[in-house]
Amino acid sequence: MILPTILVLTFAVAALLYVTRPLLAAPEPRPPIGSDAMSRRLALVEERDRAVAALRELEFDHRTGKLSERDYRELIGPLRHRAVETLRALELGDREG
Amino acid sequence: MLESAVNALVSAFIGTALAAATLVLAFVRHDFSLSYVANHSSRELPLGYTLAALWSGQEGSLLLWLLVLTGVGAAALLLNRRLVVDVLPWTVPILAGIAAFFALIPNVVASPFGTQPAPLNGVGMNASLQNPYMMIHPPVLYLGYVSLAIPFAFAMAALLSRRVDERWIVASRRWTLFSWTFLGIAILIGAKWAYESIGWGGYYAWDPVENAALMPWLAATAFLHSVMVQEKKNMLRVWNVVLIALTFSLTLFGTFLTRSGAINSIHSFSQSSIGGWFLALIVVVASGSALLILTRLDDLRTPTRFESLASREAAFLYNNLLLVAFALTMLWGVAFPLLSEALRGEAVTVGPPYYNFFLKVFGLPLLLLMGIGPLLAWRRASLRSVARAAAWPFLLAVAVGAMLLVAGAGSSPPGVIAYTFATFVTGAIVLEFWRGTRARRDLDGSSWAGAFSSLVARNRRRYGGYISHAAVVLLAIGVVGSSAYGSTVTKTLAPGDSTSAAGYSATYLGTTFERGANHDELRGQFLLSYGGESVGVVAAGKNHYNVEQFFSTAVGIHTDWLRAADVMLIGDQFNPDGSVVLKLAVNPLIGLIWLAGIVFLVGSVVAMWPDAREQRQLARRSFEAHVVPVRAR
Repeated sequence: MILPTILVLTFAVAALLYVTRPLLAAPEPRPPIGSDAMSRRLALVEERDRAVAALRELEFDHRTGKLSERDYRELIGPLRHRAVETLRALELGDREG
Repeated sequence: MLESAVNALVSAFIGTALAAATLVLAFVRHDFSLSYVANHSSRELPLGYTLAALWSGQEGSLLLWLLVLTGVGAAALLLNRRLVVDVLPWTVPILAGIAAFFALIPNVVASPFGTQPAPLNGVGMNASLQNPYMMIHPPVLYLGYVSLAIPFAFAMAALLSRRVDERWIVASRRWTLFSWTFLGIAILIGAKWAYESIGWGGYYAWDPVENAALMPWLAATAFLHSVMVQEKKNMLRVWNVVLIALTFSLTLFGTFLTRSGAINSIHSFSQSSIGGWFLALIVVVASGSALLILTRLDDLRTPTRFESLASREAAFLYNNLLLVAFALTMLWGVAFPLLSEALRGEAVTVGPPYYNFFLKVFGLPLLLLMGIGPLLAWRRASLRSVARAAAWPFLLAVAVGAMLLVAGAGSSPPGVIAYTFATFVTGAIVLEFWRGTRARRDLDGSSWAGAFSSLVARNRRRYGGYISHAAVVLLAIGVVGSSAYGSTVTKTLAPGDSTSAAGYSATYLGTTFERGANHDELRGQFLLSYGGESVGVVAAGKNHYNVEQFFSTAVGIHTDWLRAADVMLIGDQFNPDGSVVLKLAVNPLIGLIWLAGIVFLVGSVVAMWPDAREQRQLARRSFEAHVVPVRAR
């Protein structure tokens, strides 16, 4: 009965040290947790990436015959416009700091 | 503080692993002073089953739940700590809360470490569990089932921290894919176990506990499709968190069904008092997540709308509606007998006809959509484009449907429809790979092999998904073949008598008896022939487990690769006069169901394979969002 008790106590102490170590150690640099401004910027970056991906997808759908020439021409304009708008919004955000 | 909390979950995993290892050691040492060991093993039990006895009962299964939860929880936190850094402060307490519940039950309500004066021998393992599949099915099932807590924790944490950007959805999607793969494989392993061992001639009985695994799998399937719409078009954001909450709630409901003893099922091995605890947890999780989603609607809603009802995203929406409708229909079928018993005191059974009806209602359109969806472009597709893209698969499907009718398959109209749709889907998948490879070759100027490899590598999820679609096609062909075109006869045979079905004939030669390590084997020997030509001798009979005092059925199966059919012999009853009641079943194409499992696994691995491009994109996004730009002077 003594050996199991010693083993359990050893594990408990080791776990306690492992859990409390980060609280006692000097804080390490970690990726910053985002502010609201960063969240807005991230949303714009995501939107830009989506717009670029949508353009690529449109191109691929056209090449694989899922989109007619007419549909392709009709859709590519608004998508390009959206991508440009998002880039402008990002740029504007950069200027405003 | 956050790192300390993550370390606490890692410690909880190590502690649970030590507890599980201690219990396994007690089984190996036959330490019957532990009630759980005495009630689920014996000295005669082979080592493999002795090790698997850990999860053969209530208390050990709950310990396994906790072990898997803390293990995958710790892994998810360590692997995603950078990706979801903003939501991690909420993810840890949610996972820890769920883990605390599952630690409370084995510690307070159903402990596997309860002691007693040690008997000389244990009572053995439930004989129906003494099967090689027992060693693999439960751990794989639990890996799939329990890890669905991870996407739930990420989703709820994103809502609580109001960080509903794309990062949590990427982490949730990856873990859902992991859970979905394991759950799907576990369901198929369970089906194979039932088919080879239970002795009723089938593989899926719409048993409430089987349904309990299928329901979250269906909901997770819906999420894996709709999440693509969110990633591509920033739509269905509310729907996706609803799906994740629904999926996790369904896993808890499934655990309640299995562990509470509330239902009569082959999987319910005990009556217990833990049902109330699980019901309370389900209420907390379901109502808590509903409330949270309602309070975060403004954060989740986006102005993006569907541009057309004929588009890839619209096809995903239809697929989602069908999958969720099927899951909820199953939920009603499972819950209705419980509600009827609780509210009216009437015992009601919802049987296979109910589920089979809805399988056709929802399953056939789903199968068709699997073929149509990939042929549609994102945003919108004109009727002419759709007709052009679908022409070859359509013509192929019509030709196959017509040939099947000529061949006499019209005896089952849903069968012919399913095969026609399956052909259409197969054609669409092949066409997608072909057109994609050709387009990639035109773009890169590479060889066909290089273009194919580049095509899959650039979009592993899409093409891995198509491989999984091929698995569903195989599954559908196997299910339809064995259920709609199978033949079964049951006949009492004296030695020398024969019975036949679908061209196969079984002649009863006599019985043999052998003593095994922990059971006796009574076997009827049957000479199987097809069209008058001998195929071989197949044995089918009963096992008697001496310690457990239990009979189980040993099914005889002959797989006829040439005719793509299984011939199944089940010795239902051995009479004192030497006769045997034999059930002879011929199950066409059933082997495709097991092949579907392998193809499904391949598709899932392709889809899950780490995508360096996605990693780089996420890192770049995070960098761009966090770095304060330098102002132009």
